[in-house]
Amino acid sequence: MSATIKVGIADLNVAQSPDILVTYALGSCVGICLYDRVKKIAGLSHIMLPDSTVTHGAIQIARFADTAIPKLVQQMVARGATKRVLTAKIAGGARMFASANNSSLSNIGQRNVQAVKEALAKQGIPIIAEDTGKDYGRTLFFNTEDGIMHIKSAKSGEWFW
Amino acid sequence: MLQSYSDLNDMHIDALREIGNIGAGNAASSLAMMLADQIDISVPTVRILEYERVMEELGGPEQMIVGLLLCLEGDVNGMIMFLLHQNFANKLVGSLLGEEPPEDGELDEMAYSALQEVANIMAASYVNAIASLTEFKIDITVPSMCVDMLGAILSVPAIHYANISDKMIFIEDKFSGKDLEAPNHVLLIPDVESLEKIMEKLGIEL
Repeated sequence: MSATIKVGIADLNVAQSPDILVTYALGSCVGICLYDRVKKIAGLSHIMLPDSTVTHGAIQIARFADTAIPKLVQQMVARGATKRVLTAKIAGGARMFASANNSSLSNIGQRNVQAVKEALAKQGIPIIAEDTGKDYGRTLFFNTEDGIMHIKSAKSGEWFW
Repeated sequence: MLQSYSDLNDMHIDALREIGNIGAGNAASSLAMMLADQIDISVPTVRILEYERVMEELGGPEQMIVGLLLCLEGDVNGMIMFLLHQNFANKLVGSLLGEEPPEDGELDEMAYSALQEVANIMAASYVNAIASLTEFKIDITVPSMCVDMLGAILSVPAIHYANISDKMIFIEDKFSGKDLEAPNHVLLIPDVESLEKIMEKLGIEL
């Protein structure tokens, strides 16, 4: 029996075959799935913001792309994953309110995707699938057994990556 | 000084509730006029809730919802967001345009503009409530609308205000009129600086 492990907003978690990782209703946030195909260990992070360095006060590591991704890699390695074989699939970063004339509001999805790509490049992890941008929310399932990322939208259908 | 919404005390929340009350009252009479119908509105509950709680209250992250977002500019900066359940949105469209959209169908352009107009009127009602109490000048932007999963819609204000607070001012009231009864949810999200200005103007100690 496989368990379904939920990852909330600004949260991250690691799972092992045969479990499924899920995060619901990504809007402008980005979901990052990392996978060790050999050991069948996967990690999922749901980030809200690109950059932790602009924040004052205590930093919530899982909230920001630049801090969440290294943390996720670290937790996966601690569970036995090999860093150099990790691959990434990412989804989200939508522009939910297309006509909002507040530019920082309408670009945040895009900036999140960009920051995720930079953070992954820093770790030397290649992105092998991407379902980002557009204007709709996505629920993301990641299957640790076969490394498939399953995206469901409310109105635009579903995809397997 | 206020750092975040968590610093609000009971007195602040009472003041916000009063703004919510006046705003909801204004909204009801404007809507009644627009819909040529008698609309009653219950006393709104105003709560300061965490993002996650708002999501639970409204049916979970995957609940389909109609979100209307307007930005506040001028003496008060921030956002105001209306969250309507789809069937209530459909009924509103029905009373405005004389024909209700199909239950599961997509809303067409006419329906979109009708709902944007409702949001405009409702936002103005709340903004006038703040303005009448504080004499601030506040402009509202054209409403932007999105029908999608609740979690995805809420991510927008949550992200925008993540550096300030995990919490939102959540106003819930109930509209009831002829063939029309539905909870209405308003998220009022002034930035912290604006909130401070409002409290100061109302003579409430921070």
